Order: sequence, then structure tokens, then C-alpha cells
Amino acid sequence: MEEISLKAQQLFSIGSFNVTNGLLLAFFAMLILVGFALIFKGKIKLVPGKVQAVVEMGIDALLGLMESILGTREAAEKYLPLIATIFVFIITSNWLGLLPGVGSFVLRHGESEVPLLRSPAADLNFTLALAVMAVVVTNFFGIIASGIFKYGKKFLNFSNPINFFVGILELISELSRVVSFSFRLFGNVFAGEVLMIIIVFLLPYVAPVPFMLMELFVGAVQAFIFAMLTLVFLASNIAHGEHAEH
Amino acid sequence: MRLLATAIAIGVGVIAPAIGIGMIGAAGLNGISRNPEAASKIQTNMILAIAFAEALGIYSLVIALIIKFT
Repeated sequence: MEEISLKAQQLFSIGSFNVTNGLLLAFFAMLILVGFALIFKGKIKLVPGKVQAVVEMGIDALLGLMESILGTREAAEKYLPLIATIFVFIITSNWLGLLPGVGSFVLRHGESEVPLLRSPAADLNFTLALAVMAVVVTNFFGIIASGIFKYGKKFLNFSNPINFFVGILELISELSRVVSFSFRLFGNVFAGEVLMIIIVFLLPYVAPVPFMLMELFVGAVQAFIFAMLTLVFLASNIAHGEHAEH
Repeated sequence: MRLLATAIAIGVGVIAPAIGIGMIGAAGLNGISRNPEAASKIQTNMILAIAFAEALGIYSLVIALIIKFT
């Protein structure tokens, strides 16, 4: 039975930088997305062809959802790049991790074998980086929207002792969002990998099929959840400025 | 002993999230049946709340995996 490793395994190193198998697949996901964007950019027409119509439908659905949470269409269009990038990148890396060949092709280092490709989100570094980015960016947009002093009042509020305590709790809650974002995505994808390894070991060819379907669903839902939670926290951080005036 | 700890960590750890997700689902279905027009709003919020509850179960899964593999 294959060895289950909590960490992404190193393939080679460039100088002192380890390139791991999760990083390799994340790089392929990035190449696919950037390549698609660059190729598609030159083909945008006023009367849309099939691919353009599908992409437009997707963006319109996402904008509608964002508008219902943020309030206005302009706010939705302003923050669309952040939310759409998070969603598309995570769903691409999760779905690429389900392709045959991920986990099966191995690299031999003398005695030990190491899988060549691995689902990127099954590495805590990947999800932690995304989580830190999401929390820092939502706070940054909150500062831009309300000014640094008003926004700082959310955390350091000296008007009375209870509000001071609430401010400290807000700070702790921001930090706990980093933990919860990263562990949610990591836990779901890593648990899926472990499940696949065990099911394929127990009953190959037949039993993995419904679990693969579930993995497809879970990968898409986790990408959606990450993007939606970032959006909800962004909306509450921006709205804080208006509330503080009352 | 380590295997026992792993099993207890994951087994006890998902009891509460499972009950929580059931309750959220029931409340969501109740809301949709009382007001079918607001169905998509209720569904979006329900999925969000289910993700929060599921994350707690995932935390205990991560601890169980750490106990087993390191």
C-alpha cells in the first residue's frame, strides 16, 4: 500500500528552494489558467461565440451573487477579480488533482520513490498562503474603505472596558479566520486523497467511482466556500466604516 | 495506543458537527418550505453555515491524521 505523507514530497531543488510535487501541479494549474486567459483575450467579439457565452454566463452569475452580498453592482465589479481568482484557481487545482496520473507517476531517487504530481491543496503551505492572503487583503480593503483610524477603532476601542475586550476578540477572530480557512481546504482535500488511496487499495476499478464523483463535488464546493467566505468577510469589513458612524 | 487515540479523536470529534449540520439542514428546509420565493437566498446562507460547521469536523480529522502519521 502506498505511503501516505502529510507533507508534499520534494522532487528537486533550485538552489535552496525545494520544488515539491504539489508545487509542480499548482504551476501547471497556473499555466493552464494564464494560457487560457491570454489565448481567449484576443478572441473576444461583440456577438459572443460559444466559449465566450459560457464564460460570460459564469461571470454574470458570480456578479449577481456578489451583488446580493455586497449591495451594489459597482462594489461587485470592483472586488470581482479577487473573488473570481480565488474560486477559479482553487477549483482548477482541486480538479486537476483528480486526473489519472496524479499520484501514480513516480520519480525514483535511488531507493525511494516519490509521486511526481500531487493535489496542491493537500499541502498545508498552499492553503495557508491562500488564507493569509485572503485575510490580509480583506483587512486592507477595509482600511481603504474606512480610513485607517476608523478601521483601527474596530480593534482598539478605548471608550469603555467592555468595548476594549470586544476589540481584542475581533483581533483574535481575524487570526482564527486564517486557521479556519487553511484547515478547511487542507482537511477536505487531504482527507479525499487518503480516502482514495485506501479505497483503491481495498477494491480497485469498481469502488473508487462514486468516491471520485464525491471528490469532484467536494473540490468544487470547497472552492466556492473559500471564495464566498472571503466575500462575506470582505463585505463585513467594508461595512464596518458605515456602522461606526452611528 | 496511537491507533486508539486516532480513532477516538476522529470518532468523538465529528459527533457535534454532524448534529449541527443536521440542524442547519432542517432549519434550511423549513425556511424554504415556508417561503419558496426566498429559496435561493436561504440556500446560499445554508451552504455557508454548513461549511462553518463542517470545518470543525475537519479540524478534528486533521488532529487525528497528525496523531497517526507523525
